[in-house]
Amino acid sequence: MSQRTKRVWLAALGVVLLAFPYIDRNNAHVDFMTNAGAFILLALGLNIVVGFAGLLDLGYAAFFAIGSYSYAMLASGQFNIHIPFWVMLFVASAIAAIFGILLGAPTLRLRGDYLAIVTLGFGEIVPQTFLNLSQYTNGPNGIISLDQPSFFGHAFGFSSATPYYYVLLALIALGVVVARNLRDSRLGRQWMAIREDELAARHMGIDTTVAKLSAFALGASFSGLAGVAYAAKLSLVSPDQFQFNVSVLVLSMLVLGGMGSIAGAIVGSFVLSFVNSFLLPQSTTLAHSIGLTGVDFTNYRYMIYGGILVGMMLFRPEGLIPSRQRRAELREALVDPVVSAQEQMEFEGGAR
Amino acid sequence: MDVFLQQIVNGLSLGGIYALIALGYTMVYGIIELINFAHGDVYTFGTFTSLAVLTGLGVSGEVHGPWLIGVVALTIVASMLTCGALGVLIELLAYRRLRKAPRLAPLITAIGVSFILENVMQLWRGPSPIPFPQVIPNPSASLGGVEISAKQVVVVALAVVMMVALQLFIYNTKIGKAMRATAQDRDAAQLMGINVNTTIMVTFLVGSALAGAAGFVSGVYYGTTWFFNGFEAGLKAFTAAVLGGIGNIFGAMLGGFSIGLIEAIATQYIPQGAQWSNVVVFSVLVLVLIFRPSGLLGESLPEKV
Repeated sequence: MSQRTKRVWLAALGVVLLAFPYIDRNNAHVDFMTNAGAFILLALGLNIVVGFAGLLDLGYAAFFAIGSYSYAMLASGQFNIHIPFWVMLFVASAIAAIFGILLGAPTLRLRGDYLAIVTLGFGEIVPQTFLNLSQYTNGPNGIISLDQPSFFGHAFGFSSATPYYYVLLALIALGVVVARNLRDSRLGRQWMAIREDELAARHMGIDTTVAKLSAFALGASFSGLAGVAYAAKLSLVSPDQFQFNVSVLVLSMLVLGGMGSIAGAIVGSFVLSFVNSFLLPQSTTLAHSIGLTGVDFTNYRYMIYGGILVGMMLFRPEGLIPSRQRRAELREALVDPVVSAQEQMEFEGGAR
Repeated sequence: MDVFLQQIVNGLSLGGIYALIALGYTMVYGIIELINFAHGDVYTFGTFTSLAVLTGLGVSGEVHGPWLIGVVALTIVASMLTCGALGVLIELLAYRRLRKAPRLAPLITAIGVSFILENVMQLWRGPSPIPFPQVIPNPSASLGGVEISAKQVVVVALAVVMMVALQLFIYNTKIGKAMRATAQDRDAAQLMGINVNTTIMVTFLVGSALAGAAGFVSGVYYGTTWFFNGFEAGLKAFTAAVLGGIGNIFGAMLGGFSIGLIEAIATQYIPQGAQWSNVVVFSVLVLVLIFRPSGLLGESLPEKV
């Protein structure tokens, strides 16, 4: 596809997305698109940490939690603080970014797999802390009736997801522009150098501390935004929304689409959201309507996430829409099994 | 003081279970440098298998006399064999192809396998906690104000016996020697005529079988189980393995008992300790990895380039 046709297609897609709530007037569909949007934003953020910088963050939901709880505490009757939604977008992404630095700093010296486990530990500690500090967070009940955003005096209301749809569309557009520019910036190239070989990157004069912390901060800020939008839309937060499975879900989206690829992050999260909240419930209803009342496909959710992680890493580690560089890195080390079996045979034959 | 000693006893018995699970993590990490994320779920699978065997035998409560030994032995062996086979299968399907891939690739498949296993167990026995029959009669003795129950003695004794057996296996058999050689340098081991694939397979077999034993023990100890058990227990056992020095068998035992003690004491002495004990254990994990990644007994190794 030439650059020109690509632009035409993108413009057409943009128009369709802008008009979507007016084309498809089914509120459930708009609602689905909005929720998918929140996950796209999360995947774009995680892509900066995992895809660009190669830091496997298994506790990404923690920042989503921090974003959501920031909104819940600073824009509700909880402490009688009512900061407007639009201001909170900035505030919460800043708070999430600060926590990204705080939780990222201890991991700087760690190797890839240990870093993954430490982030997983933080991912467990953060929601558990929100759960335990019940005098501030109402513990397991969560915080309810959060402030409703309004746009020039028009309250968003609960009747339709359309206002939130546009908020997320705008945030995703912003996120894509930011992610693209970061990727092509000096910092982005530093991340990729670190991802490929940290030692070599350091010897080339890259300040790996600054580069890694920026990745954590920027990645976290995306989920801060997603957290605010998601919390405002639901008008509640509770600690069980941010469990480990959310971190793994976002990771599966990224692995499906292609780590390091912006288009991949978007497509991966859209496809998996579609499967999750549309395909599985719909096919269950369908199965029930033809008499198979015992089946419930939504029970197979985790098997699907797990299957994606295993299947993609084994057969297509670069994802559905790969970034070219990442593909080369991930493929380079994979030895052709046929060749290695042959080598093995020759080796054994020679030893005899 | 009595309360403190009581928590020591409780902590040691908790620690026995963590230690048994930690051995599997440490063996696998020692040999292929993979955090086998699915290991915790293999352990839960052990509890589920034991439950199925006990149901099959028609056991639903305490068993007495000579039958007790037979039932316990049969259940443990069945659980160990099933889990061992499961571990080997996982290695074959999910990890083997990625042995030379970037490190994070097999870690990601391990998380995937963990989710698949959890889902399978959820479909098998449903999402709610399941009661586990109290097979072993549980009289308790009072020693100077400290209650020690038969179950606690069984847990610790079984853990110690398994570990001694493992130690003997690794240091006194040919395949144990092959495992140590492969852990040290896989290529050199291969050049010396060791079948690396078989050796890695045996490592998974033994490690997962120990998790199977732990699965039975934890069923008896807690009297309940559910499909998601392995996540938390696995993470704690991994913490134990890291604390002891990953790759070090004795370290895994030491780490397991330490984590059990830390958890029991945190539960007792921190206000609302039961709520915070997980946070305490995970904080230990984070602190150890940051300040002493080689653990208590591990030697510090430079990163392989």
